Amino acid sequence: MRVDVTVNGEARRADDVWEGESLLFLLRERLGLPGAKNACEQGECGSCTVYLDDVPVCACLVAAGQAHGREVRTVEGLAVGDELDPVQEAFVEAGAVQCGFCTPGLVVAAHDLLNRVAAPSDPEIREALAGNLCRCTGYEKILDAVRLAARRR
Amino acid sequence: MDFLRPDTLAEALALKAEHPDAVPIAGGTDVMVELNFDHRRPAALLDLTRVAELRQWSERAGVVRLGSGVPYARVIDELGGALPGLAAASRTVGSPQIRNRGTVGGNLGAASPAGDAHPVLLTVDAVVEAVSARGTRLIPATEFYLGVKRNALEPDELIAAVLIPRARGPQQFCKVGTRNAMVIAVCSFAIALHPAAARVAAAIGSAAPTPRRASAAEEFLSGELTAADQWRSPRPLPEPVRRRFGELVAEAASPIDDVRGTAAYRGHALAVLARRALGWAWQDYQDHRDRWGGSV
Ligand SMILES: Cc1cc2nc3c(=O)[nH]c(=O)nc-3n(C[C@H](O)[C@H](O)[C@H](O)COP(=O)(O)OP(=O)(O)OC[C@H]3O[C@@H](n4cnc5c(N)ncnc54)[C@H](O)[C@@H]3O)c2cc1C
Ligand code: FES
Ligand code: FES
Repeated sequence: MRVDVTVNGEARRADDVWEGESLLFLLRERLGLPGAKNACEQGECGSCTVYLDDVPVCACLVAAGQAHGREVRTVEGLAVGDELDPVQEAFVEAGAVQCGFCTPGLVVAAHDLLNRVAAPSDPEIREALAGNLCRCTGYEKILDAVRLAARRR
Repeated sequence: MDFLRPDTLAEALALKAEHPDAVPIAGGTDVMVELNFDHRRPAALLDLTRVAELRQWSERAGVVRLGSGVPYARVIDELGGALPGLAAASRTVGSPQIRNRGTVGGNLGAASPAGDAHPVLLTVDAVVEAVSARGTRLIPATEFYLGVKRNALEPDELIAAVLIPRARGPQQFCKVGTRNAMVIAVCSFAIALHPAAARVAAAIGSAAPTPRRASAAEEFLSGELTAADQWRSPRPLPEPVRRRFGELVAEAASPIDDVRGTAAYRGHALAVLARRALGWAWQDYQDHRDRWGGSV
């Protein structure tokens, strides 16, 4: 089937999409956007988090056909030109990135949190990131990064 | 495989009648896991996310009609006052990403014994509005769950909405799992006080082939409360009453040993959950009896 979807502000088209395929596969394998990561394909790790019509979702749990006619924003769409989003910058500065596999999903989840809550409390940060797993950092630096980004925005 | 994309409920029903084996997909948080792991290869997917009628809720004459496609995040944000039990259960579902996408209709469609909406729906006299090209059928939640992952829907039917009376008394939901986020319940419990009817409703999840009411516990507690004139002048509940209530809730279960917990643990945990949830609900009633109408 054909899927027309706006990704990071650009109209994109994919043909011969398998009907049971996920939005994550569509983004990574057909549209050349490997930012969102594939780790579990069952909604548990959050590394595939993207905005679908401004709502953060696990791209692995959205059928590609469900994204037809909708707007997707991936981690690739957060930076403006060469300028990183403050959340991305804060992750780098705070040392919140080790292997980096979880980072795109966490960045999108944190970005959404700060859009909704300008100065989140620690429990609010933990709750907002509860759907994102990281095997490397132990989360402390990630919390630091979100606090830093909140202060700067 | 076909991917069917109706824009209206009428179109969706016509497609479902034509393709009874098409699998509806709403939030996809159950369906996509099955597809990604090749546990299921349906002939067709029927995407319900374009059907605006399913993504709305409304309230009339004290009854909320919750469209099957309203995600948990919106139940939490918009219906915490009218449906406190369902909102409490919704807060415990998965993670923010799952709650942004997953729906009560999908929970009912999957009919997992561990689904978090179910115990609540059983305690608040919820009615499932099943629709097909043939018409509408109202199925009380108490008759909806038929077995493990089996519900009362016919092959041509979709869930349009769930009808749930606005809360007229305290409601609580709690569940046991290994962490706070992202857990399928080891066991779960819901309670709703119905002061106007001098009645308590209680139900358990993940502790039997289907979610179910704990009838003996309900009757025991309702009897005790009425006998002690507690509805009119609420006082702290005697510890033996709370304990006995917990024991009777645990006795309603037919739990099994599985990867998430043993039968013995589930029984023990249910008794604890029931005792605690009753404590919270009763405290709420004592503190805010006037808010709940005080109609007794
Ligand atoms: C990581 C993760 C964590 C989870 N945590 C929880 C949890 O804590 N508690 C919990 O209860 N569940 C949990 N779930 C399961 C799932 O999120 C819920 O069951 C959710 O309610 C499903 O809703 P959905 O809209 O995504 O359903 P879908 O996946 O779209 O559909 C589920 C089933 O319902 C059917 N269906 C959907 N809509 C309709 C309709 N309108 N009419 C008829 N049939 C329909 C589908 O055909 C399918 O069989 C979790 C899932 C994941 C992936
Ligand atoms: S890959 Fe989607 S949540 Fe893990
Ligand atoms: S940095 Fe490696 S998984 Fe998070």
